[in-house]
Amino acid sequence: MSNITNQSLSEILESIKSKKISSLELTQAYIKNIENAKKLNAFVTTTFDQALEYAKKFDNKPNNEQLLSGIPLAVKDLFCTENVKTTAGSNILNNFIPSYESTVTKNLWNNGAFLLGKLNCDEFAMGSSNETSFFGNVINPIGDHLVPGGSSGGSSSALAADLTPATIGTDTGGSIRQPASFTGTVGLKPTYGLCSRWGIVAFASSLDQAGPMTKTVNDCSIMLEAMSGFDDKDSTSINKKKETYSKNLKDNIKGLKIGIPKEYRVDNMPKEIDELWEKGKKILKDLGAQLIDISLPHTKYALPTYYIVAPAEASSNLARYDGVRYGYRSQKGKDLIEMYENTRSEGFGDEVKRRILIGTYVLSSGYYDAYYLKAQKVRQLIKKDFDDSFTKVDAILTPSTPSSAFKIGEKTNDPVSMYLNDIFTVPVNLAGLPALSLPAGLDKQGYPLGLQLIGKALDEQKILNIGYAFEKNCGYKNEIKKWWS
Amino acid sequence: MSKEKFDYFINGEKGKYEVVIGLEVHAQVLSNSKLFSGSSTKFGADPNKQVSLIDSAFPGMLPVINEECVKQAIRTGLGLNAKINNYSVFDRKNYFYADLPQGYQISQYKNPIVGEGKVLLDMPYGSKEIGIERLHLEQDAGKSIHDMDPSSTYVDLNRSGIALMEIVSKPHLRSPDEVNAYIKKLRTIMRYLGTCDGNMQEGSLRADVNVSVRKVGDKNFGTRCEIKNVNSIKFMQMAIEYEANRQVELLEDGKEIDQETRLFDTKKNETRSMRSKEDAHDYRYFPDPDLLPLKLEQKLIDDLKKSLPELPDNKKERFIQEYGLNSYEANVLVSEKEISDYYEEVAKLSDKKLAATWMMGDLFAMLNDKGLNISNSPISAKNFAELVQSIKSGEISGRIAKEVFEIMVESGDNPKKIIESKGMKQQSDPKQLEKMINEILLKNKDKVDQYKAGKEKLFGFFVGQVMKLSGGKANPQLTNEILKKLLKG
Repeated sequence: MSNITNQSLSEILESIKSKKISSLELTQAYIKNIENAKKLNAFVTTTFDQALEYAKKFDNKPNNEQLLSGIPLAVKDLFCTENVKTTAGSNILNNFIPSYESTVTKNLWNNGAFLLGKLNCDEFAMGSSNETSFFGNVINPIGDHLVPGGSSGGSSSALAADLTPATIGTDTGGSIRQPASFTGTVGLKPTYGLCSRWGIVAFASSLDQAGPMTKTVNDCSIMLEAMSGFDDKDSTSINKKKETYSKNLKDNIKGLKIGIPKEYRVDNMPKEIDELWEKGKKILKDLGAQLIDISLPHTKYALPTYYIVAPAEASSNLARYDGVRYGYRSQKGKDLIEMYENTRSEGFGDEVKRRILIGTYVLSSGYYDAYYLKAQKVRQLIKKDFDDSFTKVDAILTPSTPSSAFKIGEKTNDPVSMYLNDIFTVPVNLAGLPALSLPAGLDKQGYPLGLQLIGKALDEQKILNIGYAFEKNCGYKNEIKKWWS
Repeated sequence: MSKEKFDYFINGEKGKYEVVIGLEVHAQVLSNSKLFSGSSTKFGADPNKQVSLIDSAFPGMLPVINEECVKQAIRTGLGLNAKINNYSVFDRKNYFYADLPQGYQISQYKNPIVGEGKVLLDMPYGSKEIGIERLHLEQDAGKSIHDMDPSSTYVDLNRSGIALMEIVSKPHLRSPDEVNAYIKKLRTIMRYLGTCDGNMQEGSLRADVNVSVRKVGDKNFGTRCEIKNVNSIKFMQMAIEYEANRQVELLEDGKEIDQETRLFDTKKNETRSMRSKEDAHDYRYFPDPDLLPLKLEQKLIDDLKKSLPELPDNKKERFIQEYGLNSYEANVLVSEKEISDYYEEVAKLSDKKLAATWMMGDLFAMLNDKGLNISNSPISAKNFAELVQSIKSGEISGRIAKEVFEIMVESGDNPKKIIESKGMKQQSDPKQLEKMINEILLKNKDKVDQYKAGKEKLFGFFVGQVMKLSGGKANPQLTNEILKKLLKG
């Protein structure tokens, strides 16, 4: 029982169903872990009392028919949670308590889970290291000097440190897959529109997508099944029949065609990333998959395109944080304009301001055509590259990130090098496709590295299946010493 | 009918100027809920009582298009003989203001739902076509209230998110009168369609007015100024008048006109600079990523077209054909759907032409007097038709009819009943009339002699006597005939 929190979500679910452990015991075990892990700074808010109460209620009248029966979950602090403070990692929402629950979290609770706490993240999900959070940086359990990735860094850290059995993040340009890769965990960015965006603090609307972060692929399929689904409150939500990903999970991938895009072999990529990729190819080949060289010629434009589209949308999405109706309001200033200026100057951090400025610039009259419009056109070309490839292959295998977890502070003053961390992940967001990051090995320092499987739109089942087979044959296991407790 | 000549020009020392006007009319869509949220759109609720999380732009809230508002825009477009675009896009217009919760207004910029159309105006100098540039859907903002507290501004978001149709005209208007006719015509069309109530007091219809002047004969337009948010036709006309004269004065003085946005001060009756072109907002329009492009099936447009009510221009033609009205009468009677409905009900039951005359005369005067609309007229269409029929059949005279009408207004009673109970029926029995007239002639022998000697003016005196004796009930036509006959003899 003492090591229940080491286990995967599906193992824990079994223990709950077979009454080996009660929901209350499970919750208490996680609370203990969380209390011992304050050094990681993974949580912004904990909701222990309400979690314990819910666990007791569950134990009194267990309903084991649900996907997440009796499971306490911590979630990224970008999801609005009813009556629980939701900050998006920002001072400007430091005091914001929503009166509503995001569709995705509501789906989790409707499947039997309950809230354990809110996880730290980069401010408004803008960052790749969780260093832009108003609530301080999060530490990677892999090593006390390492970033956990971002923006879902609280989520990846908490998951890897056994502070939650599974979690959810959001992924606008890699914010699920990169932190998963940095912490040796599984992260899935679903097809754009598969999970409702309603109630998630928006960063870049045409790119944002919520997804699961878990210890195993099976866990990932369970979480995806629980959180996804059509929502008529989100106009970009896809109206389709709900799938049962976990029930349909298969490890037979014989005959599947796996594309290997040559453009993902970037200059100055560490040798170990290349070796990892080779290792991944070999595993899939040995499982009977067919490797096919493909080309995604516009890949090199993905990062600049992303850093026009995402800030443009963000500059508009973040206009609502003006101190008028909710959130932080500066007490300085003698008129409305000064109130705005002071509120937003004091409320937002540097990275958010940087992106608002970039976004405002690229949408400005006289620059719109050269930047935003052109970026939209390139975005179509990037999407077309994928469409063309998917007429030939079932999935695409790439590295998740160009490096393992970097040191805290290492890239803080070099935003471009920070942005380069998203080089393998952003094309997927621009194309709206699903992609799964799987832990695949360690670099020579012993830090985890991930591989990414990209699928066709709505082809989550296939990449989960490939990931499932891969996981069984890869032999990766996170060995984390709990140095913090 | 003799046509007047168009004559709205401004005469300067250096020449004669014409005024060029284009309007951006903001018409509030008639719908139960807002453009992108389920909040009610009812007018007059307490402040901030009709505000959803979406209208107040809480984090994570997303807009969902209200299908009814889209249909209303299509209907309006069809009513303006305009092209409906199967593909349109919602854009964000970004600017900061306390009553704009999102920090942007969702509007349509490059791809509006409705394209070019036209509106026909009936002017004293003939009919004139005004081109419509486009119609697009957008959200209204909230309301800032600056006068409730000396140091604070209060914000009411009830209006925030309500659907507006912005109807942009081409610069085809040339005078305040044409602006008046144009707004009224738009209003009539939308009220027929049920797409906007056109209530200017409640702000359901407001306009930005673009004014420029040029010398008569010039091909190029002058520099225009935009007068923002004028909410009554009278103010629009006053603003145009002032602004056009201001611009002419500048030109006469050899000065240039700055392209700028101006405000109309209703107290001082003048326009004032609000911001120059250099200070113009950069709205940073871009497609709203929260909303998919609006793709309309042709079938939806066709179905809406089929279900459109008869529109004023068509109805006017029909009234002329079917009821034998002249253009002026038809125009007045189709100006409101309710009026046209009332008229048709009356015309079905009585004399069509006489009904029109009486409606446009006594009925309208009375309604106007009492500040009532046709829909809450104290006289029902059926009773009014009976009154018209009683006149037509000669049962009562026009003069008596006016009395009956008065009583109908007070009591709401049926005219037959009033005529009956008050004995107001016209005396149309020739024998009785002849007897009465003979008595009068006998009593006034001297006057009869004078008449016969050539003083024919006295005929009116005899008629007066008959009316006096009959209590006004003598059939005037018959009285005339008998009098003439007996005076000859």
